[in-house]
Amino acid sequence: MTTDLTRATAAELADLLGAGSVSSREVTRALLDRTTAVDGVVRSYLHVDEDGALAAADDVDRRRAAGEGLHALAGVPIAVKDVMATRGLPTTCGSRILEGWVPPYDATVVRRLREAGMPILGKTNMDEFAMGSSTEHSAFGPSHNPWDLDRIPGGSGGGSSSVVASFQAPLAIGTDTGGSIRQPAAVTGTVGTKPTYGGVSRYGLVALASSLDQAGPCSRTVLDSALLHEVIAGHDPMDSTSVDAPVPAVVEAARRADVSGMRIGIVRELTGEGFQPGVQARFDEAVQHLVDAGAEVVEVSCPSFTYALAAYYLILPSEASSNLAKFDAMRYGMRVTPDGVDAPSAEQVMAATRDAGFGDEVKRRIILGTYALSSGYYDAYYGSAQKVRRLIANDFAAAFETADVLVTPTAPTTAFRLGDKLDDPMSMYLNDIATIPANLAGIPGLSLPSGLADEDGLPAGFQVLAPAMVDDRLYSVGAALEARLAAAWGGPLLDRAPDLTEVSR
Amino acid sequence: MADLTRDDVAHLAGLARIDLSDAELDRMVGELGVILESVATVQQAPIADVEPMSHPLPLVNVTRPDVVRPSLTPQEALSGAPESEQQRFSVPRILDEE
Repeated sequence: MTTDLTRATAAELADLLGAGSVSSREVTRALLDRTTAVDGVVRSYLHVDEDGALAAADDVDRRRAAGEGLHALAGVPIAVKDVMATRGLPTTCGSRILEGWVPPYDATVVRRLREAGMPILGKTNMDEFAMGSSTEHSAFGPSHNPWDLDRIPGGSGGGSSSVVASFQAPLAIGTDTGGSIRQPAAVTGTVGTKPTYGGVSRYGLVALASSLDQAGPCSRTVLDSALLHEVIAGHDPMDSTSVDAPVPAVVEAARRADVSGMRIGIVRELTGEGFQPGVQARFDEAVQHLVDAGAEVVEVSCPSFTYALAAYYLILPSEASSNLAKFDAMRYGMRVTPDGVDAPSAEQVMAATRDAGFGDEVKRRIILGTYALSSGYYDAYYGSAQKVRRLIANDFAAAFETADVLVTPTAPTTAFRLGDKLDDPMSMYLNDIATIPANLAGIPGLSLPSGLADEDGLPAGFQVLAPAMVDDRLYSVGAALEARLAAAWGGPLLDRAPDLTEVSR
Repeated sequence: MADLTRDDVAHLAGLARIDLSDAELDRMVGELGVILESVATVQQAPIADVEPMSHPLPLVNVTRPDVVRPSLTPQEALSGAPESEQQRFSVPRILDEE
């Protein structure tokens, strides 16, 4: 076990805290100091809550000393993506339109973290309203990849992935609408899980696309993701789309790490062409590790995946154009009075505010969604996309008759350079090609590191997909693969990432 | 179908209540054209007899007993408002003069 508290996993910290070997204040202090040392170059955080985190740590330490029964993760600090409402803490969603907004309530996920006694270190950077694959669409500037500061940390949860990869937090909360937990995990060498749609409450999550959004864990190990998954999952009466069913035994599955006799399906449409050779090579090796661990490999075909990206980029903007109508300058957020208008109307104020408050990508998607939903085009665009969505769900259902889980490279490439795709939306969108189908069908997915690509020495991701509400299977496969890879590498992949403290001086 | 004109985009921006500058309009016409051409491929999928799917879950209406519960105070509810007075949101005029 490492003695550096910032490099310890959440499971290790939980053991140390439970044994009384370390206090939550010491852990929290160490992570805040690490943030002071490196976040100037990584820029994972939009807001650090030093006082709040230390107060929560002290509270847990006091309760532990008093002999109270505490949650297993009590005292383990966490960072939260700025898309979740946090009572008393600024919540901007990476947008100017919400700059300075302090919610009067907690999202259910945040409430559960607080109830478990997990100090909240701060709010992590993100693409504005979670629209993007690089965090470059944040109104407050991009986050950087700890492996190479000139590259993207993924998006939209680049703050949540980079905060974990740069050892500023053992855990973070992300949200995944088309891959925003899994793709950032892949390009930063971390683990990220999108639970089954409805498995984790969306109450207090600023909605992007309500039928696709799902909050989930970001961590450095598969077990840590499972531990966090268990804290945040479960039915919530405040969210009418929350699934009222028992949470799958994810922690048990991660500890069991068994794939013997399991059928692993390789999706023909998500391999080979279009995938960077080094990413594909690490994927192939990982599959071999699973075979060595006793799994059987089968090939499956999901022909409708060809249309997944197109369907997604119609459904998402359509739902976003509706969800973002609430930013109307009336009840909260920014209000801008148009120039040169005497006694402007509410409508004029709204239009001026939305022009000033929204960034380019948000405007682009709102207008695209407005078009796709407009009379005369609805059937051709949104209606067709909904039918494609059904075909994709059918493809998954058929694939899961042959295979227990499906596996793919998480993202087609390693982290691209900041700025490389900013002026080419379609090229940026292509980065989510392997993650999007799961969101359309509502099934769970997990990404874990598969190694470093030969071409550039950057992390590649391995994605595991399972049927809805069988999230535990992700963790069995993920943990089994992680153990074999760590043995082959001689330790965690992140040990090879730059330390960053020299850079930041 | 994907040949969107500048006037179309201006109209859509009006519907979406976003004042776009001339430069933004010019840029967006081109970008949206490329995106629309790409997403229009959904029409080529074999969807003739397919039931649309709007949501991954079979949604049911959820209700709760109509009883008073703790909620935000007026001060909390108004805490993020750009302007408020007398425990109300203060907004610009909503009706036109005519």
